[in-house]
Amino acid sequence: MTLPTDPARDHPFVIGLPVALQDMLMAAGRRVVLPAGRRVFNEGDPADRFYLLLSGHVALETHVPTRGTVRFLSLHADDVLGVSWLVPPYRYGFDATAIEDTDALAIDAPRIRTACDADPALGYILMQRLMPVMTGRLRTARLQSLDLFTRPPGREVV
Amino acid sequence: MSPDAAALGVPTAGAVPRDAMTPVVTEVLRAIPEIADTSTLILARPPGFTYRPGQFTMLYAFGVGEAAISISGDPEDEAHLVQTIRAVGATSRALVSLTPGAAIGVRGPYGTGWPVEACRGRDVVVVAGGLGLAPLRPVIAHIRRRRDTIGKVTLVVGARSPDLLLYRDELAVWGRWGDMIVIPTVDSAGPTWGGAIGLVTDRLNGVARNPGQTVAYLCGPEVMMRFTADALNRMGVPGDRIWLSLERNMKCAIGHCGHCQYGPAFLCKEGPVFSYAACSRWLTVREV
Ligand SMILES: Cc1cc2nc3c(=O)[nH]c(=O)nc-3n(C[C@H](O)[C@H](O)[C@H](O)COP(=O)(O)OP(=O)(O)OC[C@H]3O[C@@H](n4cnc5c(N)ncnc54)[C@H](O)[C@@H]3O)c2cc1C
Ligand code: FES
Repeated sequence: MTLPTDPARDHPFVIGLPVALQDMLMAAGRRVVLPAGRRVFNEGDPADRFYLLLSGHVALETHVPTRGTVRFLSLHADDVLGVSWLVPPYRYGFDATAIEDTDALAIDAPRIRTACDADPALGYILMQRLMPVMTGRLRTARLQSLDLFTRPPGREVV
Repeated sequence: MSPDAAALGVPTAGAVPRDAMTPVVTEVLRAIPEIADTSTLILARPPGFTYRPGQFTMLYAFGVGEAAISISGDPEDEAHLVQTIRAVGATSRALVSLTPGAAIGVRGPYGTGWPVEACRGRDVVVVAGGLGLAPLRPVIAHIRRRRDTIGKVTLVVGARSPDLLLYRDELAVWGRWGDMIVIPTVDSAGPTWGGAIGLVTDRLNGVARNPGQTVAYLCGPEVMMRFTADALNRMGVPGDRIWLSLERNMKCAIGHCGHCQYGPAFLCKEGPVFSYAACSRWLTVREV
């Protein structure tokens, strides 16, 4: 289902970018609705799209032998889904499944990559947008791995 | 005594009031199993026992010992005293194994409690992690009774996994009332979980429409509260309107033994609830 693109200009990834860059993202993007239950991408697939989420939510998950599917992060309105498109070998690291009907701008990643390679200044601006997304994910993953809800034996504080 | 301690009015040694350490005996009316190793005891409220949201009692399992336990019921329910306990050691295990009809000792209530009056006319953000929802449930009860006088209310609850979400059925009911946004989030989940996955801090976007007129109540693992308070403060919620409930081992609960000292404060008397403005410095001091 294809919808008009304008609301995506209010996405935090887009707001404040030079207008020419906003126009480029909009031109490379297509509004999509990812229906609940839809597999958005699979681990190892070519990372040929990234998504600016406008509503709904998507879970990142992986298959763990003996445990089955494990969901470890959900992405919601204002989040960016898919960051592997900028890093070789340009393949998604995990599976993604829409949990609710999710409205998104799906952006043609190879097209943006080519534009960034041709114009490193533009690439730098986009990197400045992506780095906070990636450091935020890293921080979340680190705190999750600390398992804060479990108190190690011998500690007398929560 | 340090100047900080003096400013906070940390008590100095003195005579323990007569009967201050003697529990009142009451009865377990119901025991409700919650998440793993955790039960809620509904006790007959001792005559004349009143409390504020966020206060705690010392519960005595006869012949075993005493533990500090937050009150997790509705302060305006005059017949009952509700406390949720996780079995982690000898005393808490003995408390969790009590059955209806059993006798239990209660001292208290102790501590300062949540400044719930500050909700009036403001938006409210409640953030709980793990068992931290227990001392915040009286805040939810307070809000429910005064819903017309309070702005937007958001409750964000974190747990390791869906089966470890405390009061999960109640969370669903609160969400259905429609006048409170309830966001449970877990560290990881199986494919049947349709809720949020990630940290409570990841779910704070948009909770404060007007940060200067927002109040926040936080309880859970200390690192979670530190990051959450910092995130809310950066959004513009004033540090003196973000409150945290801190926890340290307690023995006397009346400011005499010093077991609960945290920075310059004795948590049993000056706390366990502090504003972020008052305690943010201690939160980053190692070994405090
Ligand atoms: C103000 C305040 C409010 C509290 N409210 C509650 C409450 O509502 N419900 C509740 O269950 N507990 C609450 N606690 C914690 C509770 O007081 C302790 O869990 C209890 O004292 C443990 O006593 P014990 O004899 O069973 O275990 P101990 O023998 O003292 O400890 C056994 C082991 O468990 C560890 N441990 C101790 N406490 C905890 C804990 N809370 N979580 C995980 N491991 C722990 C110890 O470090 C030790 O390794 C509160 C504490 C404070 C200070
Ligand atoms: S001073 Fe004894 S527990 Fe606080």
